[in-house]
Amino acid sequence: MDPARIVVLGVGNLIMGDEGLGVRCVERLEAAGALPAGVTVIDGGTSTHELLGDLEDLDLLVIVDAVAGEVPGALVRLEGDRIPAALSNKLSPHQHGINDLLANLRLLGRSPRRVVVHGVTPAVIALGLELSSAVEAAMPALAAAVVAEVVEAVGA
Amino acid sequence: MGKRIVIDPITRIEGHLRIDCEVDGGKVTDAWASGTMWRGVEQILLGRDPRDAWAITQRFCGVCTTVHAIASVRAVENALGMAVPKNAQYIRNLMIAAHAIHDEIVHFYHLSALDWVDVTSALKADPKATAALAESLSPWPHNGVAVQAATKARLETLVGSGQLGIFANGYWGHPAMKLPPEVNLLAVTHYLQALDVQRKANKIVSILGSKTPHIQNVAVGGVSNPIALDSQSVLTLERLLAVKALIDELAQFINEVYVVDVAAVAAFYPEWTTIGRGVTNYLAAPDFPLDERGTEFVTSGGYLPGGDLTKVQRITKFGDALLKDNVAESVKHAWYQGGKGPLHPYQGETIAEYTDHQPAGKYSFVKSPTFAGQPAQVGPLARVLVAAAVGDEAIVKHLTRVLGIVEAVAKIKVPLDGLHSTIGRHAARAVMCARNVEILAGQYDLLMANIAKGDHHTFEKPVFPSGEVSGFGFHEAPRGMLSHWVVIAGGVIKNYQAVVPTTWNAAPRNEADQLGPYESSLLGTPLADPERPLEVLRTIHSFDPCLACAVHLIDPARRDIVSVRAL
Repeated sequence: MDPARIVVLGVGNLIMGDEGLGVRCVERLEAAGALPAGVTVIDGGTSTHELLGDLEDLDLLVIVDAVAGEVPGALVRLEGDRIPAALSNKLSPHQHGINDLLANLRLLGRSPRRVVVHGVTPAVIALGLELSSAVEAAMPALAAAVVAEVVEAVGA
Repeated sequence: MGKRIVIDPITRIEGHLRIDCEVDGGKVTDAWASGTMWRGVEQILLGRDPRDAWAITQRFCGVCTTVHAIASVRAVENALGMAVPKNAQYIRNLMIAAHAIHDEIVHFYHLSALDWVDVTSALKADPKATAALAESLSPWPHNGVAVQAATKARLETLVGSGQLGIFANGYWGHPAMKLPPEVNLLAVTHYLQALDVQRKANKIVSILGSKTPHIQNVAVGGVSNPIALDSQSVLTLERLLAVKALIDELAQFINEVYVVDVAAVAAFYPEWTTIGRGVTNYLAAPDFPLDERGTEFVTSGGYLPGGDLTKVQRITKFGDALLKDNVAESVKHAWYQGGKGPLHPYQGETIAEYTDHQPAGKYSFVKSPTFAGQPAQVGPLARVLVAAAVGDEAIVKHLTRVLGIVEAVAKIKVPLDGLHSTIGRHAARAVMCARNVEILAGQYDLLMANIAKGDHHTFEKPVFPSGEVSGFGFHEAPRGMLSHWVVIAGGVIKNYQAVVPTTWNAAPRNEADQLGPYESSLLGTPLADPERPLEVLRTIHSFDPCLACAVHLIDPARRDIVSVRAL
């Protein structure tokens, strides 16, 4: 797969503790140069429409985000049919979230060929710039999972 | 695994907006606007370096990133009494104009047009008649039969697939939907085209801001990227030329599509020039500073009590005393510790005191700001009315054009008073968008001319005194006047308050129990079907709320009728 057609997108709100783990993850991946050359890394924050141009006609979109679950710090990977339902529960400005962005891409006929979500279950969602210790402990494994996903796709 | 996994709604932004309406005889008789999530983001800034505040404040909200960065650096610069290099003012002006255009286009087409446009009706449209109608309204070259037929085919495929996606939750077939099928199809065509056009505005922000959605090219004292016409890593001539091409493309879409569409929607819904009036005290700040100290601006600021154009009080410069001395926030009906009466933002406190939703008591996490003790509406309509009051022909000419199209299509006369309405807010936003793209081109020319003179200066180093200083910065954000207020002691932040546009417009009742603009604008709104309160959404969306919106209706006996979510 052409690395130029792969995007790793971190989403979340940096000032709400673990909610920002997706953004923190891609910041660290970028700083460490951990991803194959040519792959685009985006800090999406809580934006939606601004990202449209960057997500068109991709071969692979990897979304990194906080994913609700029972065990804080647990790693999660979602693919295929489970993604739209999961993302549709997002609260975002005007309730337009990443799911609406994907729907608009579909409407334009420019959807990514594959979308995968990698995440960690948050422990603390509250005002603050730091990650909780449970999530912090899971961050290296999250980064490794994202890198493995991308490396495998590039080699495929 | 068999386990249900949800990516939580959690708090990506400030929180939900909840609207409670009392309905009697098919009309709204009372209303309460409530922000349901604590907004204490300012607390995170206390004790920090004021030079870092802009980077944190631009994470306040997902749609309003750039605007908080700008208001924040202006507040700190005001506290320090700083001059900002002209190039930095121009570059910032380009970024905020492009950001505003992006927001205005997305707001109309992607966040509110579906309140007026029935997508399912578009399936009944004749592409040929649609093209003929479109070509009678505008010279836009992408309105032809083939384009309309392609949109219809795309919609048919979508409906056939059973996955309506973005269109799944509309009020299709609602009795308040009144556009003919051809107008609906045309609107969907432009919805799709606008998805491409909004990218161009965002591209300008990303070229000049180094990065979107969160710009990097701003600093207390100017902008952080040097200008060098021969280097790849900074703002180069090549990048600046790319900006110029994008500006021209935006201008064509705005003038030939967006402005025309808003006028056409208004023409088919003339009754909406009399609905949604609300608070008619208007407040706007001047913006697009042209000099180092912010004494000369492209657009005008002022306070307009009672919507009376002859009574405008001008706001003319950064640090303007009229603005500084007249803003206060009440927490009588907000979930914060109070008892001290309305407080000026420098003295503002943000200590939560939650009570549950008490319509006669506290019921919102949004504070209630006032200007000279009165509630005020902010936003594009405030901007346009202040422009009309001070005789700013550059804005008034676009207003005249919009009203002219409405009158030609609807064969009716729209009085200026019709602007104090739900549709008036949409019209004013389109007017400002048409003006903003001219400002974008003008600031581009000013920047290029200044660089050509040999001035490459973009940054002035801030110096912090050891004592205490305070300042405020304002910006006419797309949703209205945004102000940041900062107290700095010994070089660190001692107090910080952001009075955001949605705080003005979504305010709960104030110290004198006067209704806020959202609340007031809903009074008298007719509801064709209280189970599907589309009309309430139309008015709330016309303010471009910066919160997800939940609408909750109660009958006079205060029993819940229905709880619906706004999209």
